[in-house]
Amino acid sequence: MANSYYDPADLRKFGKITEWSEELGNKFFDYYGKVFEEGALSAREKSLIALAVAHVVKCPYCIDAYTKDGLQKGITKEEMMEAVHAGAAIESGATLVHGVQMMNKYNKLSM
Amino acid sequence: MPQLKKAAKKSLKAQENALAETNKQLEILNGGVFADGELPYFKDKIAEIGHFPLRPNKLEVLQINVGYMCNQVCEHCHVDAGPDRKEIMTRETMEQCLEVIRNTGAHTLDLTGGAPEMNPDFRWFVEEAAKAGIQDFIVRSNLTIIRANKKYYDLPEFFKKHNVHVVSSMPHYTRGKTDKQRGDGVFDKSIKALQELNAVGYGMPDSPLRLDLVYNPSGAFLPGDQAAMEKDFKKALDEDFGIQFHNLFAITNLPISRFLDYLIASENYEDYMYALVEAYNPAAVANVMCTNTISISWDGWLYDCDFNQMLDLKVASKVKHIKDYNEDILNDRNIIISQHCYGCTAGAGSSCQGTVA
Repeated sequence: MANSYYDPADLRKFGKITEWSEELGNKFFDYYGKVFEEGALSAREKSLIALAVAHVVKCPYCIDAYTKDGLQKGITKEEMMEAVHAGAAIESGATLVHGVQMMNKYNKLSM
Repeated sequence: MPQLKKAAKKSLKAQENALAETNKQLEILNGGVFADGELPYFKDKIAEIGHFPLRPNKLEVLQINVGYMCNQVCEHCHVDAGPDRKEIMTRETMEQCLEVIRNTGAHTLDLTGGAPEMNPDFRWFVEEAAKAGIQDFIVRSNLTIIRANKKYYDLPEFFKKHNVHVVSSMPHYTRGKTDKQRGDGVFDKSIKALQELNAVGYGMPDSPLRLDLVYNPSGAFLPGDQAAMEKDFKKALDEDFGIQFHNLFAITNLPISRFLDYLIASENYEDYMYALVEAYNPAAVANVMCTNTISISWDGWLYDCDFNQMLDLKVASKVKHIKDYNEDILNDRNIIISQHCYGCTAGAGSSCQGTVA
């Protein structure tokens, strides 16, 4: 066992999750593959969305995977960083919009 | 994090780097994750689908490397080309090649290097070879050579006169990525050269003067979808510079020579080999480049492909040199393979003409 919770080499083993639950694992990977195909959104656009979400959910495996995927698709580092900011803005907005709840509660409790 | 290397100014050979030795490269490709059994050998992978030993199909392409000298020292170069390389094809060897070109069943002649234009007999060779009336006559030009010196300024006209099909490297449509892989200033010179090729008619939508671009990833990752990349390149080069071209070939970097050195120094080698093996596409095997190509080196030796040439893996045939050339005997051979071959079977496959599957 590794001494840390995250090991970059574990990303290569992602597919092995099917070994302990073949049906669910395969259904997941089929779905996953289908999601990232060209559709109403291009594969390039979806890769940038995935990169932004990877940062928001703070998944180191996903960040590695979608940085590489972006490079493969010819996405520039400026585009990648803008996507990260889009994710970060939503995440900080989600925190800050709760400020309204705080204000409401404050006002309700105050004379 | 590994220390990022500055762009090299010298070839591995001139640096006396251990990887300039082909035996050392083969030792790495046959050892490590493959010897440990973590990843399967290429031979076993193609045996699963009945393609071992790998055999040639009909010969279609004669690829001639007229020398390793180049005006650039690109970080990913599998030839380890550069200004310090002195291996140049002589006129005598060119004469032997011409004899073969006049009699071959191949429909494509593909001149490469180095920068082929730097061979002092390049123009004579093109003029003579063009007379043989081969269907598709390719010169792989790095573009910057056209702007490197006054004596090369007329190359677009020269190519046009001999109806040469120009295939040029262009790693990205942005300056930053291009210069990082190929050296400072390469992007601007390449753009200027492309505009000059366009000016004489190359690459224009209905023009018979073919201009194709080659895309190599500038780092330890595989090329994306060729059609999608072509669309992005066409849009950006047209909008930003008014440049037109016909097709984009997405070529995978093979883990040999300078690119292997980069992979090891940047601690990306294992991940890259995993990525190549994971992307292995059995459907690409039947059409890999070595099944329809013969590669000829500057000194006349024969190889299954340009990569095997750089690994000094000569054809497994009684005929090993251009002076003894015999197409029937050559075509009856087993192709020499190693783990670098995974580079040609990854994803949609990779060859000097782009994807194969």
